[in-house]
Amino acid sequence: MALQDIRAPALGQVLRPNIWDVVALILVIGAMVLIVYGGEQTTLPLSALDSSPVSLDPVHLPLYALRTTMRMLLAIVCSIVFTLSYATLAAKSRRAEVVLIPLLDILQSVPILGFLTFTVAFFLNLFPGQVFGAELACVFAIFTSQAWNMTFSMYQSIRNVPKDLDDAAQSFHLSSWQRFWRLDVPFAMPGLIWNAMMSMSGGWFFVVASEAITVGNTKVTLPGIGSYVALGIERRDLPAIGYAILTMLLVIIAYDQLLFRPVVAWADKFRFEQTASSSSPTSWMLDLFRRTRALRALTLPFAAFKKVISNLHLTIPRRLRISVKSRSTSRLVDALWFALIGASTGYAAWRAYQFMSATLSPSDVAAVAGYGLVTLARVIVLIALATLIWVPIGVWIGLRPKLAERVQPMAQFLAAFPANLAFPVFVVIIVRYRLDPNIWLSPLMILGTQWYILFNVIAGASAFPSDLREAAGSFHLKGWRWWVKIILPGIFPYYVTGAITASGGSWNASIVAEVASWGDTHLTASGLGAYIANATEAGDFPRVVLGIVMMCILVTLFNRLLWRPLYAFGERRLRLG
Amino acid sequence: MLDISKDTNLLDIRSVCRSFPKGSGEELLVLEKVDLTIHSGEIVGLLGRSGSGKSTLLRIIAGLIAPSSGDAKCRGETIAGPPNGVSMVFQSFALFPWLTVLQNVELGLEALGVERTERRTRALAAIDLIGLDGFESAYPKELSGGMRQRVGFARALVVHPDLLLMDEPFSALDVLTAETLRTDLIDLWIEGRLPIKSILMVTHNIEEAVLMCDRILVFSSNPGRVAAEIKIDLTHPRNRLDPTFRQLVDSIYARMTQRTEARTPAIEGIQGTGVGMILHHVSSNVLSGLIETLAGPPYNGHADLPILAGHLQLEADDIFHLGESLQLLRFAQLSEGDLMLTDAGKHFANLETDARKKLFAEHLINYVPVIGLIRRVLDERPSHTAPTARFRNELEDYMSEDAADETLKTIVSWARYAELFAYDEQSELFSLENPH
Repeated sequence: MALQDIRAPALGQVLRPNIWDVVALILVIGAMVLIVYGGEQTTLPLSALDSSPVSLDPVHLPLYALRTTMRMLLAIVCSIVFTLSYATLAAKSRRAEVVLIPLLDILQSVPILGFLTFTVAFFLNLFPGQVFGAELACVFAIFTSQAWNMTFSMYQSIRNVPKDLDDAAQSFHLSSWQRFWRLDVPFAMPGLIWNAMMSMSGGWFFVVASEAITVGNTKVTLPGIGSYVALGIERRDLPAIGYAILTMLLVIIAYDQLLFRPVVAWADKFRFEQTASSSSPTSWMLDLFRRTRALRALTLPFAAFKKVISNLHLTIPRRLRISVKSRSTSRLVDALWFALIGASTGYAAWRAYQFMSATLSPSDVAAVAGYGLVTLARVIVLIALATLIWVPIGVWIGLRPKLAERVQPMAQFLAAFPANLAFPVFVVIIVRYRLDPNIWLSPLMILGTQWYILFNVIAGASAFPSDLREAAGSFHLKGWRWWVKIILPGIFPYYVTGAITASGGSWNASIVAEVASWGDTHLTASGLGAYIANATEAGDFPRVVLGIVMMCILVTLFNRLLWRPLYAFGERRLRLG
Repeated sequence: MLDISKDTNLLDIRSVCRSFPKGSGEELLVLEKVDLTIHSGEIVGLLGRSGSGKSTLLRIIAGLIAPSSGDAKCRGETIAGPPNGVSMVFQSFALFPWLTVLQNVELGLEALGVERTERRTRALAAIDLIGLDGFESAYPKELSGGMRQRVGFARALVVHPDLLLMDEPFSALDVLTAETLRTDLIDLWIEGRLPIKSILMVTHNIEEAVLMCDRILVFSSNPGRVAAEIKIDLTHPRNRLDPTFRQLVDSIYARMTQRTEARTPAIEGIQGTGVGMILHHVSSNVLSGLIETLAGPPYNGHADLPILAGHLQLEADDIFHLGESLQLLRFAQLSEGDLMLTDAGKHFANLETDARKKLFAEHLINYVPVIGLIRRVLDERPSHTAPTARFRNELEDYMSEDAADETLKTIVSWARYAELFAYDEQSELFSLENPH
């Protein structure tokens, strides 16, 4: 987790919502409705899980931690496979691109925890009565929290492959398959790994949240840290929560040391730069692998496999250059393709309308919009508060290199830590002092995501050129003027990057933060997150869909109308160097 | 070596044209009816200014783009996609940063499906030949520019191509490194140790072309055409200080400046006319500096271009841009490979900053039509502002989007220096208001 690796979350290309966003939104809703429709046909109790219930004995925690970790690993593998195929298709085919990219953008703003409702129902019905279905649902939930930004990053990399390397690959007769493994994938690697790391950080939150979930009458409790905590809440067992937090800390440290640091250090060679950088990331684990013959031998089969794959002579006929003759046929295919998209969108819209209009009335929509605005207000206030607190602290730390070096990994670590594990601690306090849940549950939304603001600001302040600081010093710029004229513009692009991630995470967290319980005490803050959570628990699918759609629209608009213009401004005017 | 029969033609280019879409949607012709034949055993140079279409021609031969019309054949077969037996060396080296030197060199062989042990033998032989021994396991970013381009050569040679294409292979290198690499390559060529039959190189460096090539095709610009073909009969190794060598260089300089006059109205003495003129971005600081240099000793208002280029350590292409900008502004005149200050130019050299700005502004209004136009529009409008897009559209009727961008950039920087009008980058507006 090197400082210089901080970069923007994957963002779409356009600023204003366009017709493709609407199409994508409707397609997503339609797909969700269809999955639910399939899911509603049968609901089966999961007797298999009831026979071996989760136990609060800390002895079981290592095993639970292992199962949780396995789910994470499986999900990241799925995400990578998805990324390679989806991003490549989007980048190489103009026709696929117009649908796939807006779709990705909408999927990015779908609240994953609301999504869980459908996927659990869907996978349970795919494998009725089997734990496997529930496991898949959980893995799928993590996958949906990880895949999108990785895919965006890969897509943008493929689109930006340097022209001269592209020419070289062509002129040395690389087939498209060889080119993919030799040029596209390596070039995309640094961005992909950085995004995978961010995804993993986010993923812990969702794995914990999705292990113990109640959908209508179906209660699924998969053995893992998340369900351990859920049981702890039910039994009002504060020490158990403490054990779980400790275990999670250890797991994340191990994950970082054993998996990500080696990968980042290894991937340093893919960084596209023509000069050797002064400091490259290091990893004791990678050094161990590189220096130890036995461990090295372990990696050989993978290397051989990669070599075979990338050298396969899959000769897809070279794409011919568009000649004048083929323009008319190409136009015809375009027309058919757009007609097909139009028809699917129409069908999806019709199904969604039918599904929702059966039980919902316009007053429901108005109510949900109201809840949405309440949650929106929470997000805005919380981001503002986090900004006021963490920007000065981040700047203070970032300008002290020694300190920054020590604090930065901690901030990144805190961002990865699933904050929902710590929720019970706060809930206990709220219950004990009878605080108003409408106000005091809100901070939980930003508990886990505020660190993104902190570590991005630290990175920005660390990267601030010392000559500019010295210049400011020599002109005696101090106080308010120094902040406004010197440092705030300097860290602005970094701050926006962090704030985008933080606000996106807060929306998601609202689903678990606006409702909380401790034993049989239930606290609810009115808002969109609580609305979705309650509808999920009641198994009221139309209301869940309505809630998700509302959140989707609010998040998308919030991003397009606030964050992206700010980001574009920062990139254009305030990026240093 | 020069004894050739028809069937050994490596390359046959017949009336090849190529156009690209302009900003306005119409087509811009960059290459017009070019003929070129390459035989076995020769080094051919394509020499021209930037924008003369010489690189476009090279890309057509490399099979990276298709000609709009005409016939391009390599060893008798029409070129559709990169032809077999042709490989390329890139200006930017185009090495894969995640592959070692050895892996980079082996890449072309892997793509051809050459078996593993043979691949290794041939790659090591190429590395050895080009003087990269000991660097096999290094990554490109650990190497200096010259070493990187050696990798580029090894990678191109290892596939044993008949024709080696080189796209300004030395222009990204410093002077000394480039010279070493050139002589190393020529040595290998005359010793017959290169596994190739012919070389086609693109360059804008006149001396480099005379130093290396058996035949030089001089390209003229807008649209790109072959303006002249020059045979160089000097024996290798060639000496830059040899009077015949100097004479050849001088005559090509003269020919290339002549060309710039030939395609403009003789009385006006400027390149292209009207609003659609492409303005190359040359800083006003550089222009003032050049005028001062020309006015002072040893030139005293009159300089020989090759000597001036050598003194200022500039490429021929750069000195042409500078000369043409001065000529456009009537501060100097180009002819027969010489650059002479006009009276206005001599006057300029003796002025103080504010007076210089005033004179510069006067010349901009009078001699750069598009700047005159912008100023008129701004004066006429009550708001005294005008969006850039209005002028960009007009420019794109005549030139590509990139050229329009560069022209606008030049307009903005010259107008700012002359304090003619202001430009706001964020709103993309020209205005008469300068901050006070």
